[in-house]
Amino acid sequence: MPIDWIWGLVGGLLIGLSASCFLLMNGRIMGISGLLGGLVDRSGWHDWSERAAFVFGTIALPALAIPALWTAQTHLTTNWTLTLSGGFLVGIGTRLANGCTSGHGVCGISRLSLRGITATVFYILAGAVTLGLMRHIWGIL
Amino acid sequence: MRRQIASLIAGGVFGIGLTLSGMTDTAKVQGWLDIFGAWDPTLAFVMVGAIVPMALAWWIAARMDKPVLGSSFPPAAGTQVGPDLIIGSVLFGLGWALAGLCPGPALASLSFGGTGGLMFLAAMLAGMAAAPSLRARLARPTL
Repeated sequence: MPIDWIWGLVGGLLIGLSASCFLLMNGRIMGISGLLGGLVDRSGWHDWSERAAFVFGTIALPALAIPALWTAQTHLTTNWTLTLSGGFLVGIGTRLANGCTSGHGVCGISRLSLRGITATVFYILAGAVTLGLMRHIWGIL
Repeated sequence: MRRQIASLIAGGVFGIGLTLSGMTDTAKVQGWLDIFGAWDPTLAFVMVGAIVPMALAWWIAARMDKPVLGSSFPPAAGTQVGPDLIIGSVLFGLGWALAGLCPGPALASLSFGGTGGLMFLAAMLAGMAAAPSLRARLARPTL
């Protein structure tokens, strides 16, 4: 437990490095819901190969590195209703808001974007209220 | 081709960073949201670790004519906070709490997330496909 924050900081630096590289090399904002969503709703088909390359890297490098280095676990709920409704809400919400934790959170807050900061405040508040209700009042999570 | 290679590398580093940081672990993410219980501050460290180098990158970008492999940088950040931003973020936060995954970690954990991870991703893609019609509804003055 005490070293979790160190891993958080190290991992966070790598995320920031990745976002920096994407901005300075390709001139793009590293927002995963946007990169992925553009492939889903066809709005990003004109530069599909760049999007697909990013997505492939995000999936493939942990797949290559993790068996060799450590065993990661997601501890995802086994309640399929929660998994499916959670996934659907994350998908529709991030596309409606035009960004998620990476685009609004990391890339938006780092340039003091009003939209990025507002989005982050609202998704964290909504998440905390939902989790509080589901875990401590209704005992579901 | 060089842009695709840069994307691939950036995506790979992103995936490793997410996994190392613990953000692919739904227990840690839900722990961050659990401010009324056993609160886990890890996500704050991840955000600070990511935002500091990214702020520097924005500073550098403002002093460059164009990106190394591109013709232009993204436009200045928008300032319009509309219902789509608020409603979308609230829906995202709701789903984030239910499953403990957001889009990046859903991809990064795909190789070790089992069937549940695949189901989450499938539902997320369905949500993304449904978003344009919800956006169109919100854009109409009479809902």
